[in-house]
Amino acid sequence: MLDLSPDEWIAIRLSLKIALVATVVALPFGIAVAWLLARKNFWGKALLDGLVHMPLVLPPVVTGYLLLISFGRRGPIGAFLADHFGIVFSFRWTGAALSCGVMGFPLLVRPIRLAIEAIDRKLEDAAATLGADRLWIFLTVTLPLAMPGLIAGMVLCFAKALGEFGATITFVSNIPGETQTISAAIYTLTQVPGGDAAAGRLVLVAIAISLAALVAAEWLARRAGTRFHGE
Amino acid sequence: MSMLAVDVEKRLGDFSLAARFETAGGVTALFGASGAGKTTLVNMIAGLLPPDRGCIRLDDTVLFDSAARIDVPAHRRRIGYVFQEGRLFPHLSVAANLDYGRRMRGLARDGAETARIVNLLDIGHLLDRRPGKLSGGERQRVAFGRALLMRPRLLLLDEPLASLDAARKREILPYLQKLRDEAHVPMVYVSHHAGELKRIATAVVLLDAGRVAATGGLEVLDAATAELMA
Repeated sequence: MLDLSPDEWIAIRLSLKIALVATVVALPFGIAVAWLLARKNFWGKALLDGLVHMPLVLPPVVTGYLLLISFGRRGPIGAFLADHFGIVFSFRWTGAALSCGVMGFPLLVRPIRLAIEAIDRKLEDAAATLGADRLWIFLTVTLPLAMPGLIAGMVLCFAKALGEFGATITFVSNIPGETQTISAAIYTLTQVPGGDAAAGRLVLVAIAISLAALVAAEWLARRAGTRFHGE
Repeated sequence: MSMLAVDVEKRLGDFSLAARFETAGGVTALFGASGAGKTTLVNMIAGLLPPDRGCIRLDDTVLFDSAARIDVPAHRRRIGYVFQEGRLFPHLSVAANLDYGRRMRGLARDGAETARIVNLLDIGHLLDRRPGKLSGGERQRVAFGRALLMRPRLLLLDEPLASLDAARKREILPYLQKLRDEAHVPMVYVSHHAGELKRIATAVVLLDAGRVAATGGLEVLDAATAELMA
């Protein structure tokens, strides 16, 4: 079987942590943006839509660079967060989670938006006549009915975060134990003589994690689906 | 005596509605051809659609008054609404659907009242099911129960039998008559079937092309259908 070295385990654990934190923290923002895009008409909607999809079409290095100059220690946002809240992104795993979250964001938003658009708004009217205000309608009708989209979005975002390379390495570099994810570790191993075996092991791990995420998503989506059809 | 007073105007594209009527409890039939504005009217009473002008009062509460800029939102009107297609929440069990209005309004659990309505509508054996597994008739009975259990001051029924075949309609009508006689909630019942209304209504408002053409007792139905035949 795979005989993983401690360094490899560290990269794997770090990758999972970064991808998980990126997905969970991005989720509320993703739901809010998806809801705005699905339901509201406002000035600058096209701009917001474009901005959300930017990381999908930009070269990841460019996204990473933009993160570096805005969220870096001397960047306007990075300096503000560091001075007022003690949140530091540059060369930390939190920065890796930020870049992974940004890169995964369009993949998170899209399925949630489609799910919200597909909801029969007459059900929300029915909830209103039963005494639910807008917040309760959202929590008890809109969100549960959008659950399959939420699951799909989270899995796509998680998978993207797990494999993210370009933006992360540009923004927070490739520091073992801090920002070196599986992808970065594989890249490093392919650059040194005799690293092939270790790279191969990490490749297998990456495949296994991705497959597990897909299977889990399928299972969750099916469960959410049967809830509607009352099996 | 519970009383609903409606005097509203609304323009929707080419269609304009200007309707004025009052009811005094019982079951008021809102009768008219398709496109006469029946659903538009009940949506305004429910608070789902704002009138352009006018006012709506229920007993001594003003629900809408354009002059005084009053527009009580739907969720605070306490008006139950049974839709043509039921509109049960597909992600909730029948029991949770029935309980939804009570939860949203923050009312105390009332097991006796729930049991009474569940028995009245004969839906006790459906409580654990999801709406997707119900027949059309069962679905509408649950929709009646859901609207009643939020303890409405008024119940709006918009073509509640229209999606059902003749056999299902015959199955449901007795339940509706029981509701009228035992639930003690005034109703506004929308339909374009005079036969159905004769079995259930106590007063009639005839709507034609967005205007109230006649009001009165069940004889209005006979006159209107005779006119259609002529």
